[in-house]
Amino acid sequence: MSASPVGFRIVGQRAPRPDASDKVFGLTRYADDFAMGGMLHARVVRSPRPSARIVRLDPSAAAAVPGVRCVLTARDVPHNVLFSDVPGQTTTVGPLRARTQVLAEEVVRFLGEPVALVAAETEEAAEEGARRVAVEYTDLPGVFDPEAAMHPDAPRLEPTGNVISRWKIRKGDVEAAFREADVIVEGSYRTPFIDHAFIEPEAGVAWLDENGVITIRVATQVIEHFRDVANVLGLPHSRVRIIAPYIGGGFGGKEDVTVEVFLGLLVWKTTRPVRLCYSREESIISPTKRHPFVMRYKHGARRDGTLVAVEVELISDAGAYAYLSPLTLLYGMVHAAGPYRIPHVKVDGVSVLTNNPPTSAFRGFGSAQPAFAYESQMDELARTLGLDPLAVRERNYLAKGERLASGQELETAVWLPETARRAWDALGAPRVPSGPGRRVGRGVASALTSYGRIVWLHDWASAWVELQMDGTVLVRTGVPDIGGGQAASLVQITSELLGVPQADIAIHIGDSALTPLAGTTTATRQLYMSGSAVHKAASELRATLLAQAAELFAAAPDAVDLAEGAAGLRDAPDRRVAFRELAAACARAHRPRSAFAIYQAPAGQVMDFETGQGKVFPDFTFGSQAVEVEVDVATGEVAVLALAACYDVGRAINRNSVEGQMEGGAAMGLGYALLEEDRVAEGVTLTPNLMTYLIPTALDVPDVTTIILESGEGMGPWGARGIGEPAMVPTAPAIANAVRDAVGVRLTRLPITPERLW
Amino acid sequence: MRSIELTLNGLRVRATVEPHETLLGVLRQRLAATEVKSGCERGDCGACAVLLDGRAINSCLALAVQADGRAVTTVRGLGTPEAPHPLQTAFIELGAAQCGICIPGMLVTLYAMLATRPEATRQEVREAIGGNLCRCTGYHKIVDAALAAARRLVEGRPAPQADGRPINQPGDRG
Repeated sequence: MSASPVGFRIVGQRAPRPDASDKVFGLTRYADDFAMGGMLHARVVRSPRPSARIVRLDPSAAAAVPGVRCVLTARDVPHNVLFSDVPGQTTTVGPLRARTQVLAEEVVRFLGEPVALVAAETEEAAEEGARRVAVEYTDLPGVFDPEAAMHPDAPRLEPTGNVISRWKIRKGDVEAAFREADVIVEGSYRTPFIDHAFIEPEAGVAWLDENGVITIRVATQVIEHFRDVANVLGLPHSRVRIIAPYIGGGFGGKEDVTVEVFLGLLVWKTTRPVRLCYSREESIISPTKRHPFVMRYKHGARRDGTLVAVEVELISDAGAYAYLSPLTLLYGMVHAAGPYRIPHVKVDGVSVLTNNPPTSAFRGFGSAQPAFAYESQMDELARTLGLDPLAVRERNYLAKGERLASGQELETAVWLPETARRAWDALGAPRVPSGPGRRVGRGVASALTSYGRIVWLHDWASAWVELQMDGTVLVRTGVPDIGGGQAASLVQITSELLGVPQADIAIHIGDSALTPLAGTTTATRQLYMSGSAVHKAASELRATLLAQAAELFAAAPDAVDLAEGAAGLRDAPDRRVAFRELAAACARAHRPRSAFAIYQAPAGQVMDFETGQGKVFPDFTFGSQAVEVEVDVATGEVAVLALAACYDVGRAINRNSVEGQMEGGAAMGLGYALLEEDRVAEGVTLTPNLMTYLIPTALDVPDVTTIILESGEGMGPWGARGIGEPAMVPTAPAIANAVRDAVGVRLTRLPITPERLW
Repeated sequence: MRSIELTLNGLRVRATVEPHETLLGVLRQRLAATEVKSGCERGDCGACAVLLDGRAINSCLALAVQADGRAVTTVRGLGTPEAPHPLQTAFIELGAAQCGICIPGMLVTLYAMLATRPEATRQEVREAIGGNLCRCTGYHKIVDAALAAARRLVEGRPAPQADGRPINQPGDRG
């Protein structure tokens, strides 16, 4: 184990994650590894058409199938609507646009839209029942391209039109700046639908507990969807409880409501335990995807590479329902100019409904698409001017104290030049092509990526830390752990502050009824938010324990230290009180052995929607990636030979976990660059399995060189920043730039497949 | 329905199965072997890999009746917290498991590989797990852990590298 930074005992170490043991011994019970006596199996009946009216819906044949216990259609749903929270949009487009019907009522808007639910004694009976639900459709005209969907004559998904949000950012005068620029670089870029492709499909088991509470154990990033389920059922919020076991991957795909509302409905109707697990095909065709973006960029610069202006148009395909599309687009807006100082900026964004699969959260949340465009543009600018791409970036990188186009000041360390240079240098000596007809090239890309929720959402997280009577420590916090080591980092933080070995700390997470709420495991916010809450609670408990020990030692609290599960006097190491005795002493003295703390993120005013000016995010993570590729000129195949990632993570709480995010993020970015595309033709998904929707295998990803910088200036515990989403953002443009370097071809559309490159 | 008998992680078990039932389905639903994960049910992801008489297979592509009279080993058969296999120890120490859903399949696949090729190179490890998809890790630490376990199994002999470069050690990066 490597040493911790000076002053830390466990923070910064490669501490083995407490959850890892169960995972490698096959003991972790994921959402679908759980069963109950009398459990029914559920199936969702889905629309086979992308745009149609339901003319007849008859569940009677399904209900007659032996073993089928329940068939539900829209008319059985008490409040058949799920709302997505779209702050800031209420004044312009109205809140009702960001809603989804739980089960289709009159019209289906996309292929795969849920129409009915069936629950039966066996999976086979449920499947047979689902086949027997009689649904007759008549096709309606559909629209499958967001630009076509903006046309006044386009088929309308909503009576008021297909545009669900527009945002703008205005800074300076781009027209005047373009007139004075020495060089203009323009490009139009496109990105595809992307599937989250977690290896664990959406799944859960739900039951009615002994108090009449509908309890839903589900693979989710958001246990607070208990409110949404309760609202659909018309029940008080306290009658629905959501438990998140360890999750088999999230990436944003388990952020919106998935199976939990269906489970809630079926339990409410049958009072039986019910299981629902999506097939891989369902998982790909129906739940939300990453937005395809059309991005038009125009950069103006001086001859020396200094940027003077950028004009950007972003068009996002929201698919059939809004979900989080307006917010995703807002993230894209704020990140659209990249990590660069540009005096004149104009960004326009629009998100448009189509009859494609709905799109919503995905790692990078609207900031990954613009990064592909702006970093491709930066490379083209350098090539146009005959300058070094890294040097052009260095000339324009934002610095601490400067402001984004949206006016937000960068208040913490901005180590962009360091990250780019370190990543580039880590590529080492250029590799020689492996044979004739092969060319090697290099590329770099930098990005800023926000972490934490939008400041006017008033984000908060809470946690409880307790010294148990046996001297061990218990942490309770409602964090869903999606695999990033969310719970493990909280254990490590507690261990650091209380001087208790990790093995003596237990943690209860992810229960909306019994663990203090800590918000969503999204937006790269958990280390920042729940980490800060646990830090606060553990610090309060630490103060109590120091006071109690000081009393026992008849010393001042600052003469006492906590280490190895005991309190001791700093100057007299033989005087120690084990935590078990300290707990008893606290109890005798009526001192609380527990602390509950709420961490509230600094809040801000809503931005000015006319100018796009205002503080939107708490802070950003800055980083760069450099890659070397080899292109087979005869086939167009691209192999990534080397990939180096360098980020200022503020403070690495667990070095293994930070590297794991950087390595896995780069792999996901590599898939985005070269392999992944959920191909959708006229609303039909053509890639409904993992043989046609390709994610990177061990043979596609090189060993990623990870370089961790620690400014100590982030918003999280001990200055930590978030790394989950930032880790995947620069990869695709770095690869695109390397391909351009190798073979002289600029591909403006992802993925860079051999067919497109050749 | 047909009665089958197999050895599951060293224990003799019986099940009555339909001829069309997959080994994956029977393991998970009738034999409580939920450590075998279901990711695609068509052989694309490798999450359901088990050893059938020592050979790694995708249990979603095997019929349960094919396991009649044979030995099935899952990740729980490789080791326990009290007596871990070196692969399991290395996966914990090197942080090779993130969400962990692919890990049971990864581990049995690597176990089978090390049984026949204990001196596998980095590239050979990558090829061995080429059918085991992982969405979290980027595979780097999985390969590191596999090679670290191989070194422990082949005592004292460092695993050779395809490119001649040293294996990454836990403390030597960043």
